[in-house]
Amino acid sequence: MSEETSKLPKDIAAAEGKVNVQINGTWYQFPRGMRIIDACKSVGVHVPTFCYHPKLAIAGSCRMCLVEQGMPPRLAPGQAPSYDAQGYQHIQWMPRPIIACANTVCENMGIKTNSPLAEEVRAGVLEFLLANHPLDCPICDQAGECKLQEFSNDYGKLKGRYTESKTKKGKNLSVGPNINLDQERCVLCGRCIRFMRDIAKDPVLSFSQRGTHNAVTIYPGRELDHPYSMNVVDLCPVGALTSKDFRFKMRVWFLKETKSIDVNCGTGTNITIWSREEQVYRLTPRQNDEVNSCWMPDEHRLNYRFINSPQRIPQPVIRTDINAPHRASTWEPSFSALAEAIKRVPADQIAIIASGRMTNEELYMTRLLAEQIGTKHVDIVSRVKESDGMLISADRNPNTTGAQVILGLENPGSQLEMIRDGVQRGKIKAILCLGEDLTSPEAGFKAQDFENLNYLFVMDHTASDTARAADLVLPGVSFAEKFGTMINVTGRIQRLNKAIEPIGYAKDDWTILQSITKALGSNSPAMNAVSSMDILSLIGQEYAALENINWGRVGDCGLQVLETGVTIPLIEQEKNPQG
Amino acid sequence: MSISYLPGKEPHPKETRRIYKNIFREGWDTSINCYLADGGYSELRKALSMEPKAVTDEVKKSGLRGRGGAGFPTGVKWTFIPPNNTKPVYLICNCDESEPGTYKDRYIVHQDPHQLIEGMIISCFAVGAHLGYIYMREEFPIAAEIMEKALQEARANNFLGKNILGSGFDLDIHVHRGAGAYICGEETSLINSLEGVRPYPRIKPPFFPAAIGLYGCPTIVNNVESLCQVKHVIQMGGEEFSKVGAQRSPGTRIIGVSGDVKRPGLYEIASGSITFGELLFDLCGGPKEGHEFKAVIPGGSSSKVMRTDVKYSVKNPDGTNGSISFFDIPLDLDSIAQHGSMAGSGAVIVMDDTRSMPWALNNLNHFYAHESCGQCTPCREGCPWMLKLTTRMLEGKASPKDVDLLLQVANQIEGKTVCAFGEAAAWPTQAMVLKFKDEFLALTDSFNDKLPHSTEAKEQRRYFTR
Repeated sequence: MSEETSKLPKDIAAAEGKVNVQINGTWYQFPRGMRIIDACKSVGVHVPTFCYHPKLAIAGSCRMCLVEQGMPPRLAPGQAPSYDAQGYQHIQWMPRPIIACANTVCENMGIKTNSPLAEEVRAGVLEFLLANHPLDCPICDQAGECKLQEFSNDYGKLKGRYTESKTKKGKNLSVGPNINLDQERCVLCGRCIRFMRDIAKDPVLSFSQRGTHNAVTIYPGRELDHPYSMNVVDLCPVGALTSKDFRFKMRVWFLKETKSIDVNCGTGTNITIWSREEQVYRLTPRQNDEVNSCWMPDEHRLNYRFINSPQRIPQPVIRTDINAPHRASTWEPSFSALAEAIKRVPADQIAIIASGRMTNEELYMTRLLAEQIGTKHVDIVSRVKESDGMLISADRNPNTTGAQVILGLENPGSQLEMIRDGVQRGKIKAILCLGEDLTSPEAGFKAQDFENLNYLFVMDHTASDTARAADLVLPGVSFAEKFGTMINVTGRIQRLNKAIEPIGYAKDDWTILQSITKALGSNSPAMNAVSSMDILSLIGQEYAALENINWGRVGDCGLQVLETGVTIPLIEQEKNPQG
Repeated sequence: MSISYLPGKEPHPKETRRIYKNIFREGWDTSINCYLADGGYSELRKALSMEPKAVTDEVKKSGLRGRGGAGFPTGVKWTFIPPNNTKPVYLICNCDESEPGTYKDRYIVHQDPHQLIEGMIISCFAVGAHLGYIYMREEFPIAAEIMEKALQEARANNFLGKNILGSGFDLDIHVHRGAGAYICGEETSLINSLEGVRPYPRIKPPFFPAAIGLYGCPTIVNNVESLCQVKHVIQMGGEEFSKVGAQRSPGTRIIGVSGDVKRPGLYEIASGSITFGELLFDLCGGPKEGHEFKAVIPGGSSSKVMRTDVKYSVKNPDGTNGSISFFDIPLDLDSIAQHGSMAGSGAVIVMDDTRSMPWALNNLNHFYAHESCGQCTPCREGCPWMLKLTTRMLEGKASPKDVDLLLQVANQIEGKTVCAFGEAAAWPTQAMVLKFKDEFLALTDSFNDKLPHSTEAKEQRRYFTR
């Protein structure tokens, strides 16, 4: 007897700490204590939700995730449970639906998301939600990515039966520097409130009023001005909270989504670039539980306008006479002019100032260029400020770790002082400045320092004071216009993807470096590379730390390649909520 | 010792005065001396000499069921505290008596506060709580003062505080006043209110108060009357207590009759000892002159209305099916539940033939639409919808289809909400529409079918003519 019962599915599952659950007629095994909604999602059964968010506390208030549930019938005293041919007990379906977000799976449970009861309940909840929802869709920014629209389409009734007058609430309220609130569109899921309370730890939002007059409200005299406040815009399933930056700019269905990473700090927050016709319209965070969870700081989110700014350098510019203005040039003559100029200066008088904002591929090409020239004066500009204790890393360069690995810099930024000194004392006569503005406070050069130089070359995407002083400026591209990889502060290699074509005649930075190195006579295998993916594979052959790395292995969510010991505070907090 | 009552307030011979023994009693006041002179706090001494477990067992044995409305066995509720609990346990007296029609607890806290305090101390002792709260609704300002004074007196006499009566048991009780919301009568939203946050009911699971209640600790929430009954359970012994009244809901019940009867008021009866007929005709003196009973809401506004002119089917003792009139239904929890309603808080609302059911329902819907907390969708949006439908019916702007819609909206709310408010709001509508459909239909006009009712639509149809 004992042998026989030990073969039952429940015992097999229990041995692994799992339970058997029937979802829409099929039996699955799930870990004990898993939420029904997560269990359904893991097997591809979609349960619509408004208030549930995997990173926030459970509210259970929208009632959208109601499903039909059943359990084995309660046994009379002395009655033995009976099992069917597969070893499962008969499921007795309950007349009342339960919410999938707050309830957990248990042994021999049955879930139906497609039964008449479940469908009727969902349609009912949607009808209620739509009862007082304004018909703003034609002018609502959320249209196209609105959960209420999607669910009404998928699960709602064809025709509304509500003919009464609607509840009036506040519209177009400015609640913060970046956010607008429309209380009528709100479905009162409370995600924004829970985000501000539990993640941002600045509980300025709350519900006020009662019943149908309930509304999300900001604390009197306060503003929704937390550095992470714009995440509530992403969280809002409807168009109640909208970004002032993106409001009325573009219909979301016209936008192309490109997976990339944020380049404003060493965290490398995973983002999606939303673009249309070579114009970037917004950046939103992309979930990566090892890097940024689901969030992104506002400052970084809004730092995209430089991509399409008029300050971009559209084509190579050259200065042939010391006092003459820059004039437009073309690529080939520029490369030969640069090669000529470099050859005229002794190698030990040439310094290369690269950038921690360059990708690994560009840094690799920088190394090849330095080797070809034969200079040892190679460094990047370091940007160390204070971490905000959440996602913004103390290192404001996105790829300092990459620079350490690829350029072999032990202490990035330490040579800069020496180079600066060399320039002032006339020991350095030429600078190749790659993607940096040397007059910035971090680099610390003065405009008069450049007068000591025989030659200043700048490769950058945007005009700067350094570029103005340069003898030759070659236009590179911003992060949205290129493929590449960066290694974040924790040692995770992540991919940038190209969202838009380069502005004007600008070229991908690594190809510029490749052409210069080639013009100087290099015959390295990298001279034959046709894409940055090729370069990455070469890096994978050369560096032990990045052994066998290639574009495919890095993947959309990155790959942990190094152990730097640096952690991201918000992720640590998420992993150990108590600690 | 014979007890005499104030003139005009004498109990009816069919009453069994237990909880209400001292209400409107001659020479009675709220002071502790008066209560002690009547033998008060002797059950506390008795309980403190017992093991806490034994007190719980007595209450379980008595079969006492909660008097707040749901009728859950009190002793069983107490045993839901996790056995290996290491956190503090709290006991809360739910004195947020806000169900329309209910006013039984009001008299206890106004006239006999020490009975409640004694019952609470015994209950706290049984469940191991060292801190108790009396959550009093905002509308009881005088009762709060009386309770505060009574608690002071109890502290002065060492019935509260450290080492109560030398037993080594510590307890303090505080009065906490609500801010005037019906939803705070729901135990989890009461706990939220007590914690100082927005009184939204909590989701169950996981927030069953006996496991995760006030400040995340095990919490027992009992009604005022239930806690008072505990004192009498100890006085009589569980066995003896269970012998009085209906078998499955023993003890006395306070029935608060309001509406169209000659003598509305509070009557304490042994549960199931009398029928609706006896209550309405004998105790309450029958309908008003020249009128007839039409409908009765038997347990507070949320319970389903019952028609007085239809037959209710019952099983005869010999197994055959029989039928009885409404007036033959005994007043106990199970009998009323069997006939499609609930005994609830014992608030009997009587309506005679002068009452319009759509009007009555509209009145109730006003209440529920106003009091819905707004946390979960069906109740937040459904209650005002039902109100708008009934309002339109009363204005003569509804179509016959709207009557069906009203019922469907109610069905769409029931069973889909976080707390029981959804049912409480849906049941009156369901019962009223099902049982008095002709009255609703009489208010409608099929021409209205063709007219939409939004403000915009009304504006547009100014140019329509019949």
